[in-house]
Amino acid sequence: MPYVPPEQLMKDRSEFAHKGIARGKSVVGLEFADGVLFIAENPSATLHKISEIYDRIAFAGVGKYSEFEDLRISGVRLADLRGYSYGRDDVRARDLANAYSQALSTIFTQQMKPYEVEILVGEIGEDGRGNEIYHVLFDGTVTDEHEHVAIGGHAEELSNAVAGAYRSGWDLGTACREAVKALSTAEGREIAAEQVEAAVLDSTRTQRRKFRRLAEEEVATLLG
Amino acid sequence: MTQGPPFPPDTPGGPIGANPSFFDLVRTRRPETLPAPTATAEVSAPHGTTVVALKFGSGVVFGGDRRATEGFSIADERMEKVFAADDFSVIAIAGAAGQAIEIVKLFQLELEHYEKITGDRLSLEGKANRLAQMIRGNLPMAIQGLVVVPLFGGFDERREEGRIFYYDATGGRWEEDDYHSTGSGGRPAKSSLKKRWRPGLDREEALRVAMEALVDASQEDAATGGPDAARGIFPTVVVVTAAGAEHASEDELRAAYESVVAQGGAAS
Repeated sequence: MPYVPPEQLMKDRSEFAHKGIARGKSVVGLEFADGVLFIAENPSATLHKISEIYDRIAFAGVGKYSEFEDLRISGVRLADLRGYSYGRDDVRARDLANAYSQALSTIFTQQMKPYEVEILVGEIGEDGRGNEIYHVLFDGTVTDEHEHVAIGGHAEELSNAVAGAYRSGWDLGTACREAVKALSTAEGREIAAEQVEAAVLDSTRTQRRKFRRLAEEEVATLLG
Repeated sequence: MTQGPPFPPDTPGGPIGANPSFFDLVRTRRPETLPAPTATAEVSAPHGTTVVALKFGSGVVFGGDRRATEGFSIADERMEKVFAADDFSVIAIAGAAGQAIEIVKLFQLELEHYEKITGDRLSLEGKANRLAQMIRGNLPMAIQGLVVVPLFGGFDERREEGRIFYYDATGGRWEEDDYHSTGSGGRPAKSSLKKRWRPGLDREEALRVAMEALVDASQEDAATGGPDAARGIFPTVVVVTAAGAEHASEDELRAAYESVVAQGGAAS
């Protein structure tokens, strides 16, 4: 095999992953008055980008579906096993983000091709305070995000659009409308309610599991 | 996290599809956390006693007394034996308490895990089958005397009706049409149900019938604890309807108990 300098190798892989992600749709995650909201443009009503991991933890992925689905399932397994062997309160988003980071970093350096994914792991704190949102890249880079974050194909435009409008303490309706508006701006076209996938970690829920998917009708109502 | 699941995810090449079973996951990744047979032949452990289940007009009612016994002693006067397994099903257990509660915990996780992995809730039939397999897995311990015999039921969202299943220690599973009871006071409870139950009871009547069966069991069976209104000890009762599973409130239970007493049901 010809010698390829490591810099070149990493650069090639990085470009490859970037290209894969850039082809896909985007997800925006933002904190609102009652928790954390995730919104994505998703033409499918059943193949989700946003899902539940544990009581207070949600997952969102963009890029190649099979790959982030793989990560999601591993995350659910890690969380459920942890909660069973220790306690339900011992399952934390930070641990999960670290595990994802380790996994993605190993895949990035050791496998034939890196995963073409970017993921978010969100957790709501008790009483809606101290929310955590972690953003994990295809190479395992983790960042701790506050207030709002955008990932996926048009992450930069989306991020700018959300940042321009964001106010803390939005109610669910406002947060939904603004997030969809930002998605439309970033994509440069109108996004209809049935194209929107939305889910919240809702601290007002009395149940142990705070994750709630917003049904299509609810999204349509919220968007007015 | 030395013994956690392998992360990165399992490499492809194995059987396709993610296994949605939490029980299988624990068995392969953390077997030491599962209940295992002990070295000694006979184990003395607290036992839970009587649980009853019956259908009513809009779903099912499950109830259990609160006593746990260990030999001739009362181990606990406030034990819970009836649990919501998930939003639409309920599990009630009689038998070795520690073992039973572990199985309930695993079963609840099994249902939640399945729902998260696949994105769908298991059908009631699927839940009932899965429980049978888990009871069968407990057989080595059942032989040691740690027998667990649950009643399982819930609201079948596809058929839109309440259903009840009962099990034996080997994982045998049968569906029951009207009512069932199990545990040491199961027999007197069942005679009581037989006399009082009729199709199409409303919620209040169903609670009363369940209460009366448990009261009757407590009068015939030393290991079954009767309601104690003075200390506020009432049976645990879970009602499952199309709206979901919920615990009956203490007020409802007190009313049901008073109604049983008023009609001479609790006179001994």
